[in-house]
Amino acid sequence: MDRKLRRLLGKIAVLIALVVGALFAGLPVLWMLSSSFKLNTDIFAYPPQLIPPNPTLEAYTAIFTDPVKVRFFLNSYFISLSVTVLTLLVAVLAAYALSRFEFPFKRVLNVVIISVQAVPPITLLIPYFGLIMFLGLYNTYPGLILTYMVFTLPYAIIMMTGYFNTLPRELDEAVKVDGGSSWTALWRVLVPISVPGLVSVGIYTFMIAWNEYLFALTLTKTPEMRTVPIGIQLLMGQHSYEWNQMMSMSILGCIPILLLFLFFQRYFIGGMTAGAVKN
Amino acid sequence: MSTTSLPVTGADSLGSPEPRSGKPAARLADARRALVPYGYLTPTMVLLVVLMVIPIVMVIGYSLMDNVIMKKNPQFVGFKHYIDILTSESFWTAVTNTLFFTGVSVIAHLLIGLAFAMMLNTGLIGTRTKAIFRTIYVLPWLFTVAIIAVLWRLLLEPNGVVNFLLTASHLTGTEVEWLSSPETALFAVTFINIWAGYPFYMTSLLAGLQGIPADYYEAAQVDGANAWQRFTAITIPQLKPIIISMALLDFIWTTQQFALIWMTTGGGPLGTTEMLSTFTYKLAFSKYQFGTASASAVIVLVISMVLAFFYVRAQKARD
Repeated sequence: MDRKLRRLLGKIAVLIALVVGALFAGLPVLWMLSSSFKLNTDIFAYPPQLIPPNPTLEAYTAIFTDPVKVRFFLNSYFISLSVTVLTLLVAVLAAYALSRFEFPFKRVLNVVIISVQAVPPITLLIPYFGLIMFLGLYNTYPGLILTYMVFTLPYAIIMMTGYFNTLPRELDEAVKVDGGSSWTALWRVLVPISVPGLVSVGIYTFMIAWNEYLFALTLTKTPEMRTVPIGIQLLMGQHSYEWNQMMSMSILGCIPILLLFLFFQRYFIGGMTAGAVKN
Repeated sequence: MSTTSLPVTGADSLGSPEPRSGKPAARLADARRALVPYGYLTPTMVLLVVLMVIPIVMVIGYSLMDNVIMKKNPQFVGFKHYIDILTSESFWTAVTNTLFFTGVSVIAHLLIGLAFAMMLNTGLIGTRTKAIFRTIYVLPWLFTVAIIAVLWRLLLEPNGVVNFLLTASHLTGTEVEWLSSPETALFAVTFINIWAGYPFYMTSLLAGLQGIPADYYEAAQVDGANAWQRFTAITIPQLKPIIISMALLDFIWTTQQFALIWMTTGGGPLGTTEMLSTFTYKLAFSKYQFGTASASAVIVLVISMVLAFFYVRAQKARD
């Protein structure tokens, strides 16, 4: 009886704590969602209304009917997907070399790849401005895509090397016995069974590219090259604050990440943790 | 590092080639085989050299030159910019702010992340309920910094909902301008960063908690250990490696945080939220002092590299 009571009290205490935590985490997000369906004049209504008093899709139509703002989204999707595909491609090749070959300077290369992850973006920003200009990549897609790959590649290589290391070597040896090259072994055998690893690395890469702000701000100039994070900030710089549009753009801006999370939750958490913790 | 330090003896095992005959053809084949891994590594190396190594060399070079980029023929000035930076008051303000912002963020991330992870790992609550709460708790993670910045600017507006709740519950008498008054701005941006960053710890610690064998706790219970003793004697030591690596990673990232500060306060008011990143950015792109800015950028790089060194050591210790 006593134990049952204590268990019940414990359960109630945990539930209260969980609800308090959920308010801390969720209320701001709920407020964002609610504000995106408000008229801009209702944003600072007194007292504040969680349920929009005059619910409207005005803020969303304003985004969808403005070609400049639609372009922000198209840019973000195009850049993030390109970065993801290219990062995976380049990382798979490098990881294969690091996992299956022995060669001089391998340890040095490993240390370089690991420590490169800690290089602060702000350090690279000043020389980048000139360098990207020099390469003729200022205000272009390749400029941003290549820049983002510098930040996504090291993690992707480390993760994929770890993944390949868990796969038995007999697999690629079997290909060799059949007269295949290491190239065939990689693409016909290793890559197809590495899909879970590729998915987690791909999600991580997509998120980095989708969220990047500093370089998108500095290495692009014209509205038609801007990405969603910059677009949101541009809305803030306008003469009057269109809070409802900023919120609807934010909601639209988190949809791809939300979808990735809902569909690949397992990889998401497993992958990120493994990445944060194991490499 | 477990990933990269495994002994490699495998299919292509070029490190230990079988003794071969000295025929030129065979030697050529050997040489070609030895080049194979470099072939696979070429795209990575080209990218890292052009967009990482060269820029770092460039920024170090800039930092030793009289105002580069702006001048046609910059002169070598040695460590002048470093001395300028290290003796300027605004630099040390930025260092202090960055330390406060980072230190408080990392500790709060850890405490909140651990608390939430333990709440989500308890056996007292049903799995489905926990799954719902876990999804809510992860929410801040799904937003990019730009979104987090505008959202909190809206919430923290003087006539916004946070001030309404605080005045309605009589916690504050008047409306506070959280992000634009010098007394509160640093606390406000730190709070926003805490809100944005704890889910990363939570998910990792939750995975860590689930990895602790249940019989550890059962054995402790048999020995009569209470909940607090079980927490300090089993949970914390078991999670320690994860905690150390995450705290170091978070420390590195948070000292580099730019976007959140830039979009909420821009380093203001009166420099009260100026961080090393915004300080460096402004030197370069508002004041066009590229030499000084480069020196500051190199200092930030050195700090990060030192932190990275500890991170790598902590990782090695775990393997």
